[in-house]
Amino acid sequence: MSSKTHITLTINDEPYRADVEPRMLAADFLRDELALTGTHIGCEHGVCGACTILLNGVSVRSCLLLAIQLDDAEVQTVEGLGSTREMHRIQTAFREYHALQCGFCTPGFLMTVQDILNTLPLRNDKEIRDALSGNICRCTGYDHIVKAVRSLVTERDKIANQ
Amino acid sequence: MTDAIAYARPKYIGKSIQRLEDSRLLTGRGRYAADFQVPRMAHLAFVRSDQAYARICQIETHDAKELPGVIGIFTASDFAHIPEITAPSKMLNYHPTFCPVLARDFVRYVGEPVVAILAEDRYVGEDAAALIEIEYDPRDVAVTAREASSPNAPKLHDSLGSNTIFSRQFAAGDCVKAISDAVHVVSGQFCMTRKTSVSIEPRAYMAEFEPQKDTLTLHSATNIPGIVRDEIGRLLGLSGNKFRVVTCDVGGSFGGKGSLYPEEIIVCDLALRLERSIKYVADRMEDILSSSQAFEEEVAATLAVDENGHFTALKADILGDIGAYSIYPWTAALEPVQVASFLPGPYRIPHYTATVRGICTPKPPTGPYRGVGRPMAVFALERLVDKAAFTLGLSPTELRRRNLVGTEEFPHRIGSGIIWNRSGFHECLNAAEEAVDLPSIQAEKTSRKDKWVGVGFASYAELTGIGSRIAVAPGMPMNTGAETATIRIDATGAVSAVFAMSSHGQSLETTLAQIVAEELGVLPEDVNVIQGDTSLTPHGTGTYASRSAVIGGGVAVKATRGLLVKVKRVAATLFGVSPSDIQTGDGNIFVPNTNFAINFAEIARLVYSDMSTLPQEARETLEFQATYDPIVGTTTSATHAAVVEIDPETLLIKLRRHFVAEDCGRLINPLVVNGQVHGGVAQGIGAALLEELKFDDAGQPITATLADYLVPTSAEVPDLEVAHIETELPDSPGGFRGMGEGGTIGAPAAIANAVTDALSQLGIEVNSLPITPSKLHALIAAATKQDRQE
Ligand code: FES
Ligand code: FES
Repeated sequence: MSSKTHITLTINDEPYRADVEPRMLAADFLRDELALTGTHIGCEHGVCGACTILLNGVSVRSCLLLAIQLDDAEVQTVEGLGSTREMHRIQTAFREYHALQCGFCTPGFLMTVQDILNTLPLRNDKEIRDALSGNICRCTGYDHIVKAVRSLVTERDKIANQ
Repeated sequence: MTDAIAYARPKYIGKSIQRLEDSRLLTGRGRYAADFQVPRMAHLAFVRSDQAYARICQIETHDAKELPGVIGIFTASDFAHIPEITAPSKMLNYHPTFCPVLARDFVRYVGEPVVAILAEDRYVGEDAAALIEIEYDPRDVAVTAREASSPNAPKLHDSLGSNTIFSRQFAAGDCVKAISDAVHVVSGQFCMTRKTSVSIEPRAYMAEFEPQKDTLTLHSATNIPGIVRDEIGRLLGLSGNKFRVVTCDVGGSFGGKGSLYPEEIIVCDLALRLERSIKYVADRMEDILSSSQAFEEEVAATLAVDENGHFTALKADILGDIGAYSIYPWTAALEPVQVASFLPGPYRIPHYTATVRGICTPKPPTGPYRGVGRPMAVFALERLVDKAAFTLGLSPTELRRRNLVGTEEFPHRIGSGIIWNRSGFHECLNAAEEAVDLPSIQAEKTSRKDKWVGVGFASYAELTGIGSRIAVAPGMPMNTGAETATIRIDATGAVSAVFAMSSHGQSLETTLAQIVAEELGVLPEDVNVIQGDTSLTPHGTGTYASRSAVIGGGVAVKATRGLLVKVKRVAATLFGVSPSDIQTGDGNIFVPNTNFAINFAEIARLVYSDMSTLPQEARETLEFQATYDPIVGTTTSATHAAVVEIDPETLLIKLRRHFVAEDCGRLINPLVVNGQVHGGVAQGIGAALLEELKFDDAGQPITATLADYLVPTSAEVPDLEVAHIETELPDSPGGFRGMGEGGTIGAPAAIANAVTDALSQLGIEVNSLPITPSKLHALIAAATKQDRQE
């Protein structure tokens, strides 16, 4: 159990090296070994999306990955998105639309939104709702989250059409 | 409407101010219980029962003990010094249960903790768990309340005479006669299956032992920190100077984190015994199996109506499946009795009788879940109202209008004894009716063949912000009706406001700051709301039962007004004017139309640091503490309207629209209120269309993951429409009514009525929730078979 594997990776633009047990989950590695506790664990079986991170720019569930699978990777967690004093636009949109209550699901949503804004057309609310349907929020009823994302899509498309 | 609130819109109360707690929560800098880490922290894992009801014959822990990294293995005998968890009540015919922190002799539900493993890390703890063998001698089980209530059913607790752990009657008037005299009588058998809260943060506890002071801090994912502090303190013999409970950020509760749990007692006890910090974080399966579950009731009810369409009598028999133990502090009576208490709803019904029974079954204990009792009550009654409307040939809204308590009839006492005060019953119904555009839906119903379309309404009233005259749970010997707050200005002029409540998503850091800012005359962002730490307040219970806006908001108003008197007195001495000349606003203290002005930082300096400007007796400490108790509570009301369409081929039920008109009095922050309504409605949609905890005949849970227990995603929830009716609330400090649960109360009934309406051509009624495509299929198959036989 104690044989460890060496990994090197970049998290939020900072280099990291670590020796990890092969069985350690990526989510536990981030939270317990590196104290990056913004990544949350809600189910540990890939259903809730609270643990979503970006792995080489693509949203993945860190509860379904092992830490050793992060070797050589570029990882982004919610801590890399913005700071309390200088939030990312996705974060300020969530605040403007009151798209979070308890905030537990929020880091996962922010990561997912980053990904879908880059990759999907999100032409209407149905497409936004479908794109968000892999993340569960038990507090907001989604309405405000959809509105926040819609505003971000509008901004994105406006810039793209300029 | 004459008593709509007619105040000039104040500055901060009523504004959609962005939340002050958001910047940390949005950037991953929030701190939830599972995030705490300290040196030498050990981790707890549990072996839980895999039997519904069995005698524990033997527990073999030898191999697990030998595993490197295991610190200790504990069974019931290691906690013999801790009294059993038991929930007292003054209710007659109530029999408490006794639940040891780890199962002793018997296990009574799958998921009950049996062995606790303390290890260097959780991975090792779970390795050890896999090495522990428990030998059980299974007992016969009666898994449903119906089976368990029969006289020869196997008894779950040998110490109790039967599985019926409480029973209660309600009676007002002469129901029997009224029903036999009635022109129309409608009846039904309604069922709400078992649900669970599913906060996305599973339960988590970290007991931090501080050797320097020999004290213990429990960082707990709970919404009742005060209750947890008091009861763990009692069980372990700790007083508040040695033990505190702190909540920090809590990832939702909805009731699931609103009871006392064995795991949090164990982390505290072991932390003290081993003099080291200990963490336990439930995984999702543990959370589903061992957090309090909800609802699971059957209600047989009859409504009598006279020739003018006026309700005359209501009779009900309520059977609650309360699970294995009566939960602390609410007792198992909380949910089923609340069904009976609220069943008469917002209507005039002169005669009412109800019987309620709570039955023990070998399933996890039930406890509070958003809405408590009222989702079931409203579902049963509102289905009866629609049945009556159909029988009388009246529209559902017209029948409701004829029976809703009228604006001039408040206060109105319903048959269970609850008193409704003025609230916008009729205004909400009218708004919902208007929003839905019934003629166009009617047209669509007749013209469309590819979809079955239906509309449904549900009106209800609830008692929120319950004061000390009424126990939140029946007979519960605990004051949940009061809150104390301290508002203070420190030497830098900063304002802090200390409350005993704790937010787990309710935005209290913002809404309470809005109230304090408004009353004191500072900016909301200048107010530091401090909450969820039992060491900072003498007493308090927590945030639950839609109480925080009413009681917390009320005490915020009271305490801030007390502080303002002091501020004005100091400023009056300084300026040589009368206190009544002084005004405050936006951080300034001034006399209008003069040069007399000073800001809060300056006045704080004059009071605390400057010893020459003000005479000594004028240098008052700028702090005020107040307690508020609304004594009875406030009436909140709403009407929900749902529009559904059903695909005749797949039987997929799609909620197309959901509209809520609600009266929660004066809104503190409309954005926050909307968020609360939306979240509540989404849980109501789950209760109506998706969520069901299932158990097999042996009591084994078969929905123990989020892939089996389905909660709504963004794809199942439509855009949610909310209209606010703000009826004035005299004699209350802020005019606020509670509203955190309403969404969950109204939505299931409205959706059930809408689905029933959509199926009207088939004569099918939705009397059990959730209604799913497969259940619908069964109902249609049964109806067609019956048709063929006739
Ligand atoms: S914790 Fe990873 S999906 Fe839920
Ligand atoms: S904000 Fe609480 S789960 Fe989404």
